[in-house]
Amino acid sequence: MPYEPVILERIAKPQPDRLEGYRADSGYAATEKTVKDKTPEQLTDLVKSSGLRGRGGAGFPTGLKWTFIPKGHPGPIYLCVNADESEPCTYNNRILMEKDPHQVLEGIVLTCHAIRSRCAYFYIRYEYGDAYRTLQGAIDELYAAEILGKDSLGTGQPLDIFLHRGAGAYICGEETGLIESLEGKRAWPRIKPPFPAVEGAFQKPTIVNNVETLACVTQIVRRGVDWFKSMGVPPDPKNPRDAGSYGPKLYTLAGHVNKPVCVELPMGISMRELVEVHGGGVWKGRKAKSVNPGGLSMGFVDVNAPLKGEDGKTEYDIPLDFNGPGKVGCLGLGTAAITVVDDQTSMVDVLHNVCQFFSHESCGQCTPCREGTGWMLKIMDRMRRGLGRREDLDVLVDVADRMGIIPGTTICGLSDGAGWPVKTAIRKFRGEFEAAIKEGARSKYAKLQMAGMH
Amino acid sequence: MGLLSEDLKSRIKAYLPRYPRKQAATLPALHLVHDEMRTVSNEAIVEIAEILELHPSEVHDAMTFYEFFKTGGENLGKNRLWVCRGLACFLRGSYELLDHCKSKLGVECGYTTADGKITLEFAECIGACDGAPACLVNDVHVMGVTPEKADALMTELRK
Repeated sequence: MPYEPVILERIAKPQPDRLEGYRADSGYAATEKTVKDKTPEQLTDLVKSSGLRGRGGAGFPTGLKWTFIPKGHPGPIYLCVNADESEPCTYNNRILMEKDPHQVLEGIVLTCHAIRSRCAYFYIRYEYGDAYRTLQGAIDELYAAEILGKDSLGTGQPLDIFLHRGAGAYICGEETGLIESLEGKRAWPRIKPPFPAVEGAFQKPTIVNNVETLACVTQIVRRGVDWFKSMGVPPDPKNPRDAGSYGPKLYTLAGHVNKPVCVELPMGISMRELVEVHGGGVWKGRKAKSVNPGGLSMGFVDVNAPLKGEDGKTEYDIPLDFNGPGKVGCLGLGTAAITVVDDQTSMVDVLHNVCQFFSHESCGQCTPCREGTGWMLKIMDRMRRGLGRREDLDVLVDVADRMGIIPGTTICGLSDGAGWPVKTAIRKFRGEFEAAIKEGARSKYAKLQMAGMH
Repeated sequence: MGLLSEDLKSRIKAYLPRYPRKQAATLPALHLVHDEMRTVSNEAIVEIAEILELHPSEVHDAMTFYEFFKTGGENLGKNRLWVCRGLACFLRGSYELLDHCKSKLGVECGYTTADGKITLEFAECIGACDGAPACLVNDVHVMGVTPEKADALMTELRK
């Protein structure tokens, strides 16, 4: 039986963004009950027991994060909603905000109850103008309905949600970069600890949650923990630190697929099934060469490389849960944005595009990242012009290996994300890169002078 | 006589109660000024800083980080046309599209047409990958932009 979407259930309805229709579909009913009947601790325990892990990229257990707020803190405590969705090829949060904003806003009301916050800042990237206006309309409806305002839901407590627009910087999706940007400063990520839950926005305890995570909170409260845990992948018994990959997930498809769409499926679908069935296969009757399994930062998969220990399977068959991409050397599931590269596309051009992005978006605070991303782009630019050198590939992998919080040389993970696609692409497609260097072929894109643009 | 109108100043001040610190209204203030005046001049920075009780250098420091706001004598045209060059759009022809727009408009990225109607920009992934190659007109996505669609769009924006 095909999976019936829950999080995306309402997006095709007429005027799915309006409060009236949302309430007719039993919206806010469970929340009204929860804020009266459940203590913040009970609600936190519920979300904790659901196994929900953050959908923004890192996959940190959501309920556990909430418990890091210092006990008995007098407040204020803030919720920051991370809607700076800027990971290349990712657009699931945009769909939620544009089509079903109340599902997200209900998750905010619930989360604020759980963490005892009376104020949420909804940080949304500037490029999402339609989502911004849709959300503002929905928030206005909530104030009129007294779900927000001085006496939120009759609790006698105030609750506010303020939209805050970004200005086109990828780094604002890093939670402490987001907080700095919210505070009106340059979005330079902070050294951790202290983590935001202890000292975040305006030096107060702050929880930063992703948009899709908050939509999941709404559905967990409405449908229960058993529903959420009825799908997905349980923890790996061989890994005591694995928290499992439960629940539904929004996957976005992009690049050389016939149907670049956002689909909701139980966590753990195989990459092959996602692309070949839900994405309608590779465009123009071609075959896939490589897939990026979760936003550029996660690296690349070679769809033809055999999967170790699995007879007849290739890297194309990895499950898209929190552990799957890691089995083939990728950084993780990331944002679950799946981008397909067909067999007629040069990996030199693809990697140049990736390096161009990270070089442009490095915030410049840490030297290995600022310089590393710049030099990786310079090398890729030279290679794209047909002037690659034999040693370039080793230099690229060496640079990529040494930048990031995993080798311990930078403040935030942007740098790891910049290195991962470089080292995975070169390790998995080394033959193609070597041939390109030997041939000295000039890419058809080299004449466009893209590298000269700031 | 200040540069910012009383109306603009009061719209900036309306943001202040939202935050425990006035500095947090920096981005909202910059957006308001930039949208209306099509640039954020040094004089405007000084006046924003006065409202937010900051040193002008603090506003300038935050503003220049984003490389989003026009300043230093540069002005935005009537419309800002961003062509996405993210991976999903690149794979579906956005480099060619950007080249097409540059030659049609006769300007490089970051510059405005002589009639002041369109400022052309490249964008990193704008999150419209289901409609690649995509553009952003001011802050609205335009999906599936073929060269023909781009021509029609540019004609419309120049009206």
